[in-house]
Amino acid sequence: MAISMTAAAARHVRNYLDNRGKGIGIRLGVRTSGCSGMAYTLEFADETQPEDLVFESEGVKVLVDPKSLLYLDGTELDYTREGLNEGFKFNNPNVKDACGCGESFNI
Amino acid sequence: MALLQIAEPGRSAAPHQHRLAAGIDLGTTNSLIATVRSGRAETLADAVGRHLLPSVVRYTEEGPVVGDEAKAMAALDPLNTLASAKRLIGRGIAEVKGLGSRLPYEFVRTDTAVPRIRTRAGDVSPIEVSAEILRTLAQRAEDSLGGELTGVVITVPAYFDDAQRQATKDAARLAGLKVLRLLNEPTAAAVAYGLDRGADGLHAVFDLGGGTFDISILRLRQGVFEVLATGGDSALGGDDMDHALAEWIMAQAGIGDDAGHQVLRGLLRDARAAKEALTDQPAAPLRIALPGGHHWEGRIDRATFDGLVDPLISRALAACRRALRDAGLKVGEIKDVVMVGGATRVPRVRERVGEFFGQPPLVDLDPERVVAYGAALQADALVGNKPDGELLLLDVIPLSLGLETMGGLVERIVPRNTPIPVARAQEFTTFKDGQTAMALHVVQGERDLVADCRSLARFELRGIPPLVAGAARIRVTFQVDADGLLNVTAVEQTSGVQAQVEVKPAHGLTDGEIETMLRDSLTHSQEDLEARRLREQQVEGQRTIEALIAALAKDGEALLSPAERQTIEAALAALRDRVAGTEGPAIKSAIEALEQACAGYVERRMNTSIQRAMAGHKVEEFAS
Repeated sequence: MAISMTAAAARHVRNYLDNRGKGIGIRLGVRTSGCSGMAYTLEFADETQPEDLVFESEGVKVLVDPKSLLYLDGTELDYTREGLNEGFKFNNPNVKDACGCGESFNI
Repeated sequence: MALLQIAEPGRSAAPHQHRLAAGIDLGTTNSLIATVRSGRAETLADAVGRHLLPSVVRYTEEGPVVGDEAKAMAALDPLNTLASAKRLIGRGIAEVKGLGSRLPYEFVRTDTAVPRIRTRAGDVSPIEVSAEILRTLAQRAEDSLGGELTGVVITVPAYFDDAQRQATKDAARLAGLKVLRLLNEPTAAAVAYGLDRGADGLHAVFDLGGGTFDISILRLRQGVFEVLATGGDSALGGDDMDHALAEWIMAQAGIGDDAGHQVLRGLLRDARAAKEALTDQPAAPLRIALPGGHHWEGRIDRATFDGLVDPLISRALAACRRALRDAGLKVGEIKDVVMVGGATRVPRVRERVGEFFGQPPLVDLDPERVVAYGAALQADALVGNKPDGELLLLDVIPLSLGLETMGGLVERIVPRNTPIPVARAQEFTTFKDGQTAMALHVVQGERDLVADCRSLARFELRGIPPLVAGAARIRVTFQVDADGLLNVTAVEQTSGVQAQVEVKPAHGLTDGEIETMLRDSLTHSQEDLEARRLREQQVEGQRTIEALIAALAKDGEALLSPAERQTIEAALAALRDRVAGTEGPAIKSAIEALEQACAGYVERRMNTSIQRAMAGHKVEEFAS
């Protein structure tokens, strides 16, 4: 079971963490909502919870709670640019279908 | 697939619910839009990577063109290419005439107060021109963020008056944008440096742009910035440095004033490039094109350039001295000096500002973008993307303000988180017949009962004309100014008698106390709801009792038989009994029972009062 990230994603995460001045890494998760089942969450992490699973990728700590990991296992976090828009993207092998905008997904 | 940004812990937005916000620096010469991405404020570029949008709009046959493309045509199509709309916005015809002689536009005579400029696309007002700029920036933000903007914060000069601020808001509305608030430019710069999260104190914002210089002295007190003094020079900026350098080059190269336009324009461009080069080099080479394909070559070192710009910097510092004097402050009392505007990149400016204030100025953030950064941070906080712990108290009311009404209930007049300054009014009335005075109790908090809120002030309105209960109209106005000062005024509408009181609502409440009060209001919401219901019934019951007693004393003897009177007295006693209890529904049914018992009495009273009113009049008098 693992979560990883690309070099580009790691570089941006490190930048944002430096700028924020605190935080031990980032937390990936899923929650129920949205138009097609589940939605991703991506947040700064200030502390680990006892049940968290911690992965280290490209020198950045990635925290995931065990329930979310069921949906995220094998996911690679990427940072891309689409036209003027840029941001993080979840490449999740578990996804069967996503809503039109890709903000929520089904397994 | 939608692209995500990193949110603060616990702040991930639900899908399709991102609260996108942006800060806009709507400048005289250039404008910028910025947003907060993954916790960091950054300005947004257009498709070819340009961040600065020249504040120029050109009206063409195909519609308006905004920015560099419009600016490039300014010389060829001057009447349809409008720049510097900010200098005109919110000004009346008379004021604009003063400026008009310097602006090449064709002003249209109108009967309204708003000046209009004749263009190929019809007559446009400065508000419409600004709206075009805002629309272009907002479109850029929506393309960059991949969604609609929830709201924007737009910066305005600290010296903008209400009319200019209102006009700026109108421009935003015209562009289809929701203005979360207007923010003073110097305040935005201070916010970008995080000074709002620091200790209370005085800050100076030194803003030397292309064509204008502004100095603002701000006081931070309990998270709120107050502008103590502003000053400056509306004709002093980086452009003047370019001119000074160009004149020096002309003297060196032996170019006369009679040199063609082409030469002079090229000269200014070269002077500007040399000025920028001198920012991080001790000297800059010069190569000036002369008519006939010749060139003049030379160089300028920093010391010479410093000598040229020193008189200009002295003018700016003189304005600083005046602003400090206006505010009654000494240089030593200033805690930080924030540098804004491209011209503050000039090392000599930094050096002399540092000497003047006795400390190195803050220059870490790009001085051309720092205002937009601050606006973006503010916008982000206002749409609620900040964690609760960092709740921004800047310029909003932290807890609701209200009045005590009958029954010890709170009537909320200004809800919490309302941006200040704000004025809200509500009408109240008297509770008893012939009441000539009213006690007003100003409270703060989120709970429904006065006892659970914080008392701010009490005052009395006297001299209300004696009228039946509910007939007097007392207008109570809550006004909170930019310093957070609350002024409550009560005016009786028919007689004009008034009373007022001034309080400082935030005074003495720590962030922790505010948080506790907010939490209490949530945990006790059900309790509050029930308490409110009961109190409302009690008040209604009491009012019914008072009214009935007054009526009985007047004509109870004349209109009621002893038996009827007994029934009414019994129902009245029952209601009295219930009102003293704590069961809302029981009070309600007792009120209904009493009303039923009184039905015949009420009808008779009505008839006699109509007869009394008509007695001695002829029918014809009522016909019309």
